[in-house]
Amino acid sequence: MLEYVAIALMIVVSTFVALSAIGMGELLGPKKKSKAKDVPYESGMLPYGEGTRRIPVRFYLIAVLFILFDIEVIFFLPWAVVFRQLRIFGLIEMAVFIGILLVGYAYAWKKGALEWE
Amino acid sequence: MPQPLDFATLQPVIVLSVWTCVLLLLDVFLIKRKSITAVLTAFGLALTLGLTFMQVGASNDGFSGMVVQDGFSTFINALQLVGGLLGVAVAHAYIKRTGSERGEYYTLLLFSVIGMMLMAQSNDLIMVFIALELLSIPLYVLAAFTRNTESEEAGIKYFLLGAFSTGFVVYGIALVYGATASTNLHEIVAFASSSSPSLLLTIGAALILVGFAFKVAVVPFHMWTPDVYQGAPTAVTAFMSSGAKVAGFAALLRVFSVAFPNISMDMAPVLAAISALTMIVGNIVAVSQTNIKRMLAYSSIAHAGYILMAFVPYGDAQVSADAIASGLFYLVAYMLTNFGAWAVVIALETKSGSGLELSDYSGLAKKYPAIAAAMTIFMLSLIGFPPTLGMVGKFYLFRAALQGGYTTLALIGVITSLVSAFYYLRVIVNMYMREGDPTPARDLWLDLTWSITAIATVVVSLAPQFLFVLASTAVMLK
Repeated sequence: MLEYVAIALMIVVSTFVALSAIGMGELLGPKKKSKAKDVPYESGMLPYGEGTRRIPVRFYLIAVLFILFDIEVIFFLPWAVVFRQLRIFGLIEMAVFIGILLVGYAYAWKKGALEWE
Repeated sequence: MPQPLDFATLQPVIVLSVWTCVLLLLDVFLIKRKSITAVLTAFGLALTLGLTFMQVGASNDGFSGMVVQDGFSTFINALQLVGGLLGVAVAHAYIKRTGSERGEYYTLLLFSVIGMMLMAQSNDLIMVFIALELLSIPLYVLAAFTRNTESEEAGIKYFLLGAFSTGFVVYGIALVYGATASTNLHEIVAFASSSSPSLLLTIGAALILVGFAFKVAVVPFHMWTPDVYQGAPTAVTAFMSSGAKVAGFAALLRVFSVAFPNISMDMAPVLAAISALTMIVGNIVAVSQTNIKRMLAYSSIAHAGYILMAFVPYGDAQVSADAIASGLFYLVAYMLTNFGAWAVVIALETKSGSGLELSDYSGLAKKYPAIAAAMTIFMLSLIGFPPTLGMVGKFYLFRAALQGGYTTLALIGVITSLVSAFYYLRVIVNMYMREGDPTPARDLWLDLTWSITAIATVVVSLAPQFLFVLASTAVMLK
């Protein structure tokens, strides 16, 4: 139980530190407003247009495909870690996995999901 | 490392998966006429059905207890494959007629069938989850298949609520794992019977029940059903209203009777309340529907209540075997009747999506007596009127509820069946006693679907003992 008290104490202290850091800046700092300061931060670029523009649906398609293949790549990592224990079975299993992926990839390719225009 | 026996337990599923992947590529690279895709889909399903029949009598678990193959799973798998075949039969002409004929329809349907089969074979909560996703995601896409506003609305609604309900299942699985340190059904029950009852396990089981309740559409988790059934293409509705329900009940029956018999004292009142509510709400709301798709949607909700009723006393080992057998029997009756009724609905739906009101059935008997007669059989079977499969199925369900000591539930079932007679008979009255000029679409496969299911509904009911014995021998590996 005692170790949990320490964690609770840490939560309290860190909350206090975080709040006081923000609060003190708000309370004590000088405030000089100007037009340039109120502009949204766009990595140093001057913003133009509304924030909620319509985006071509292709971006979403590419994003979904990316997430799909990205997550599947993550499965390679634990596989690689235990590859020595799994031996030939692991290799076959991964071949099956990649085979199923390739079916989806070939389908997406043929359907034109990877073409921009 | 998996042994040959492991692959043998999953052989039909593996064969169908490979076939589906090959078909997906064939369809997109080679096949120009989508009728060929439909035929190849049916061939794959028939082949898998043959492989499933070869499994009869065997019972093993495989892949370190992740999956199991027993009489129960073989029974459900055969039923799901028949459902898949009927699904292809009703879809073929319909998607051509509505201008949404794409090869993906068939591959999505096949992937969904694979998920449904895996669902019946899952012996581990993780497998239940994977199977649930595999059967649901293709259905979300299929619901939005025709790309009109209603269909898209149905798809997005089904997706959001389906994802929400899956969240319940996952949370339930996590809690059950926390309580018993395992996701394997056999290990859960072994742990639960050797330790003191834990609240965590009960809450976990309740959350899993919520997830399944969404899938099989029982009150109060039924809100999505009418909108999705109405908005989705009718051929998809026919397939999912029976397939997803059978799969949901397969998982519910297996998970609860294998893993959670120890907490049946806690679950039985919940199940009883849900089942009573479902029968009452489903049947009473259906009375006020004028759209046949919505009416059948509420009817499907009501029927989920009847099936759940038999399963309430699942913890009682003496009763539960009979309850599961009557549940399986009713699922067969429901699948046949339901597919037949939806096939008639598909026939009467016009290209522009009208022809779905109850008044559109007026005068059908005069012009097309065969279709009207088939529809009459389906409606009588849904009421539970002899000589149909629905009547025998309800008899077994009520008997199981009475054996379990739930007289009130059986009484509610009988009374709500009487209420249901009103709206089912209204269809028959419209067909036979009103004037009208309906022009149903004729197609060989559609005609075969409603005529074969109508004949089966009557013929099997004349010798129901055969099917009931079959369902009774479909036992789970415990």
